[in-house]
Amino acid sequence: MMDPSAYLLLSGILFGIGVAGVVVRKNVLIILMSVEIMLNAVNVAFIAVGSHLGDVTGSVFAFMVMTVAAAEAAVGLAILIAIFRLKETIDITELSVLKW
Amino acid sequence: MVDGILNYLWLVPALPLLGVIVNSVIALFVERPLLLAEEDHGAPSHGPSTRGTSAPMGEGHGASHAAPAYRKLVAFVGPAVVGASFVVSLLAVLALAARPAHDRLFVQVLFPWIQAGTFFAPAAFQLDPLSSVMILVVTGVGFLIHVYSVGYMSHEKAFARYFIYLNLFTFAMLLLVLGSNFLLMFVGWEGVGLCSYLLIGYWYEKKSAADAGKKAFIVNRVGDFGFLVAVFLIFWTFGTVEYTEVFGKIPGLAASGVLTTGIATAITLLLFVGAVGKSAQIPLYVWLPDAMEGPTPVSALIHAATMVTAGVYMVARTNALYLLAPTSMAVVAVVGAATALFSATIGITQNDIKRVLAYSTVSQLGYMFLACGVGAFTAGIFHLMTHAFFKALLFLGSGSVIHALSGEQDMRKMGSLRKHLPITFTTMFIATLAISGIPGLSGFFSKDEILWKSFSSGHGHVGLWLVGTAAAGITAFYMFRLVFLTFFGDSRMEPEVEKHVHESPYSMTVPLMLLAVLSVAGGWIGIPHVLGGYNYFEEWLAPVFAHGAEGAAHGGAHASAALEVLLMAGSVGVALCGIGLAWYLYRVRTEVPKEIADRVPGLYDLVLNKYYVDEIYDVAIVRKIVNGSIWLWEAFDTAFLDGIVNGIAALVKGAGERTRRLQTGVVGNYAFSLLLGAVILVGFLLWS
Amino acid sequence: MAPISIDAAALLTSVQSIVPEIIVVATAIFVLLLDLAISEEKKHLLCGMGLLGIGVALFSVYALGQGRIEGFSGMIVHDGMGAFFDVVILSACALTFLMATGYSEWEGTHKGEFYSLILLSTSGMMFMAKGTDLMTVFLGLETLSIPIYVLVGFHRNRMSSLEGALKYFLLGAFASGFLLYGIALIYAVTGTTKIPVLATMLYDPRILASPLFLAGTGLLLVGFAFKVSLVPFHMWTPDAYEGAPTVVTAFMSAAVKAAAFAALIRVLLVALPGMQPVLWKVLWGLAVLTMTVGNLSALVQNNVKRLLAYSSIAHAGYILVGLVSGDVLGGQASLFYLLVYAFMNMGAFGVVMLIAQKEDEGYDIANLAGIGFKYPALGALLTLFLISLGGIPPTAGFVGKFYLFSAAVKNGYIWLAVIGVLNSAASIYYYLRMVVYMYMVTPDVEVAVPRPPRILFSMALCASAVVVVVLGIIPRSVLEIAERSVLSLLM
Repeated sequence: MMDPSAYLLLSGILFGIGVAGVVVRKNVLIILMSVEIMLNAVNVAFIAVGSHLGDVTGSVFAFMVMTVAAAEAAVGLAILIAIFRLKETIDITELSVLKW
Repeated sequence: MVDGILNYLWLVPALPLLGVIVNSVIALFVERPLLLAEEDHGAPSHGPSTRGTSAPMGEGHGASHAAPAYRKLVAFVGPAVVGASFVVSLLAVLALAARPAHDRLFVQVLFPWIQAGTFFAPAAFQLDPLSSVMILVVTGVGFLIHVYSVGYMSHEKAFARYFIYLNLFTFAMLLLVLGSNFLLMFVGWEGVGLCSYLLIGYWYEKKSAADAGKKAFIVNRVGDFGFLVAVFLIFWTFGTVEYTEVFGKIPGLAASGVLTTGIATAITLLLFVGAVGKSAQIPLYVWLPDAMEGPTPVSALIHAATMVTAGVYMVARTNALYLLAPTSMAVVAVVGAATALFSATIGITQNDIKRVLAYSTVSQLGYMFLACGVGAFTAGIFHLMTHAFFKALLFLGSGSVIHALSGEQDMRKMGSLRKHLPITFTTMFIATLAISGIPGLSGFFSKDEILWKSFSSGHGHVGLWLVGTAAAGITAFYMFRLVFLTFFGDSRMEPEVEKHVHESPYSMTVPLMLLAVLSVAGGWIGIPHVLGGYNYFEEWLAPVFAHGAEGAAHGGAHASAALEVLLMAGSVGVALCGIGLAWYLYRVRTEVPKEIADRVPGLYDLVLNKYYVDEIYDVAIVRKIVNGSIWLWEAFDTAFLDGIVNGIAALVKGAGERTRRLQTGVVGNYAFSLLLGAVILVGFLLWS
Repeated sequence: MAPISIDAAALLTSVQSIVPEIIVVATAIFVLLLDLAISEEKKHLLCGMGLLGIGVALFSVYALGQGRIEGFSGMIVHDGMGAFFDVVILSACALTFLMATGYSEWEGTHKGEFYSLILLSTSGMMFMAKGTDLMTVFLGLETLSIPIYVLVGFHRNRMSSLEGALKYFLLGAFASGFLLYGIALIYAVTGTTKIPVLATMLYDPRILASPLFLAGTGLLLVGFAFKVSLVPFHMWTPDAYEGAPTVVTAFMSAAVKAAAFAALIRVLLVALPGMQPVLWKVLWGLAVLTMTVGNLSALVQNNVKRLLAYSSIAHAGYILVGLVSGDVLGGQASLFYLLVYAFMNMGAFGVVMLIAQKEDEGYDIANLAGIGFKYPALGALLTLFLISLGGIPPTAGFVGKFYLFSAAVKNGYIWLAVIGVLNSAASIYYYLRMVVYMYMVTPDVEVAVPRPPRILFSMALCASAVVVVVLGIIPRSVLEIAERSVLSLLM
């Protein structure tokens, strides 16, 4: 099987992009997307390594992650909708009632 | 089988403790609510009358409020436990006596109390000839005083509280004398000090009483410090604080050079400091006269018969150590003799009947220490016992007088009472004869043995004998002055008082009579050889004072029977002179004392005001300490320490405010902090 | 193709090992279905059903006994530690339900989904605590988190609730990403995600030195640290706790922490003991930072919920102290403290719930004024819980802290213990501040009237109080159980 280091590198870059997105962006939807990028980066890593080792664990893990990501996305979007109904904004700098 | 009784030795202190518990329960749940309710209704909670100082007057003598039922219970429990303790003590001592003379040592271990490293102090009681004498005196005289108190304090509202304290005192005193190690003795020592404070200040709403209690406790504390340091030294030298072990190790350690004279002197001097505080010798005697603020039975029990004798007991107990330190013994003897004389002189001028007796007590305690200081430990304990009898009798009798006179304590306002108070008079007269050393009575035998030993013993000196004899004469003088002023002559009572004069109830007079019998016969167990008797007492205490007997006998080059009788006659003669002088000044030519006082007003005032010792202490010591405390409080505590504490608090709070602002509320910032943390964490792992 | 053979015995054992969880999940589903069937007025039945289910689950934990039951080919295990944490988590859940009987009525959370979500989250926690494969741990983590995101935002009409939920969700997903990436890296290096196998792998020094592995461990720790709210991964905690309905806050503070710590302990003690010489520094730093920041921030809070949130962060720091040394003594202390903490924290939240009239404004500390004398029972209870949180004898909080710090000292981490004690002392300020408000401040207006108590609610408070007091005086038996639990890990 292929040397996984390229895949791991890709995974790392994707992860970095995702992290940067979460930290920097102000739109909640974009943040959500960045989180999804992070999780998919992880998936890439898992599959690459699993394939390299010939172990099925990697692929199984990827399945699990995808499932969880879906559930999380559902819940997250629901929360977002609830917020929008109440305050008509999805800019995180405005969504900071709770502080100090 | 007889010996088996000794296993119940623990009952001796336990019974008074039981009394404490029962009376406390009664006081807490019955008496206190009653008193609080009455206070709400405006009734005075209690109080001594404005006139006398230590009389138990409520709304007035003969007040007709029905005694609540609980009082009967307290009045039974209080004395009963001490009486039962006396019975057990008696049986235990008899059991001890049944043993052969060399085997009279019984230790009962209750439980291992303190065990820290090499330090081990069990909670154990030791019954030997010395402690047996003490427990009999404490429980016997204590029982009589408890019974007396039932009558004397019957008008008091805080009845149960009194008996709690009195029982507690008995318990502590028994711990002191029965303890088998210095630590347990110290516990009892502190306990009796506490009870003394509680009882002197029994009428705490009266400022003079509260102050007197404080004074007693604080002065005692000074002495206790010496005691404690001595115990440390003992542990350091001997590695143990158990009596049997300490005294057993003395020969070995003395021979090996570990126990030098220097160390022995240090230990014994420090122990003596404790004794000086507790037993009111110069210079720590000043609390005892003030302690007369307490109820009279308290004065009888604590400040005459038992607590103040704790110092003598302690010195007697450690006689083996004292004999290794001749310097200490000399100090003890000199202090004792000086106190005896000094205090006696003050007694000449006092007008308060209880004060005279207080100074008399200090003086007699001086005799006991004089005895110990010359190696005559048996004589010291003998006098302790006889003094307990006649001094308690004198105090209780004076209480009877005060009770009869609705609280009057000034002898100048008494007189002719022998007609009104026949029993009181007779018994007090017997006691006065005893204390003056009239032959045949108990005081004679004990005092005389002391005077003889102070002359003849190897540690003795003729100077000590001279001081002792002089003090004896003065004692006879002022005691008979007291009797004459109080019971003889024309009545100088105020008319109001005179109307109510009456003899005391049986609960008060029966103990007087019993004590009178003891004052007479108590000395007959110690009749010296020279007069043809057999000194049972000395034989009984011999095992404890074995070394002492040698020491006392050693120097007795002068010890010839004829000389002893001669000196005996001399002291009796001096006593008779004192009595005669008192007769002259207070029965025949009663105007003379005043003339003398007017002739030397300076001297008279000096003596009347107790040589201004209290005032000197106040200026030289007390004021300085108080000022130092105030400085520490204002400058050091408030400004400096509080400043530091508040400063730190302000600092921390500031940090809190700073930290709080980190939480901005924007999710991106949160995520960033998470990222930062992750980077640092992983980075740290990778680079280490 | 040959039919796939089913190993019946193994299947049975596997099911046996997760019996408590099955019961909890079943109850959750049952409650959800029941919700459809019953009418509005009878909604409190749902709460009762939930309690019943929890009771049965607790009984099943007891019935499973002491032995070690491995299930699903080494992915989950019911051992001493699993049982211990099952009990802690189920107790916290039970207390939540008891308190919800009143709270739901006042604040409108009497919905089937509410109870069902709590139960599902509980089951997730239990899985996480018993998981022996990193996959199980991750799944348990997500199963417990997602319902909680919803629960935090349950009050859809309050901005603070929704905002708390959003922040928790976003950061939670973020942290899960880190956790997963860590697992991925570890998997890449060692080829396994099973915790016991990891332990054996670590004997190989090449692995220990491998940068990928170290990075993976670090990221794994980040994921756990987020859930447990260690500084600087804690920032979601104050907002989520403050926004959530208080009963959910109580549940979160006790149960989530317990579950996350359970997994962390398992990972640290079983998988990574070989890394302790390196890891202890990291843990040391985290503990100190967490305690300090948590306590300092709490000093200046005026909102009781936020204050308790920061205090919760500080307590996580204390618990971490027990894990720094990586031995049985510290682990035992941490376990004991988690149990005690659950009760005292939920008790404190419970009383605060009773006193506050409504969300947000009701939780201002000034509302506590005068409560102490007017409602002495409430005042006494809250004082008890606060004193226990502060670590004053003779409460269980003191005993817990004592064992934590003495474990640190015994293993040579003196400075850690010193900092811990100093922090503990500082924390007493803000706990006692609440007591002072209760007893010594006169209210400007009327004294706040607390809610009328429900029997079950009071039962919860009393039970917590009893545990706090009893364990403060006789901690021996529970400590021994904790010790056996930790030892069972290492068998």
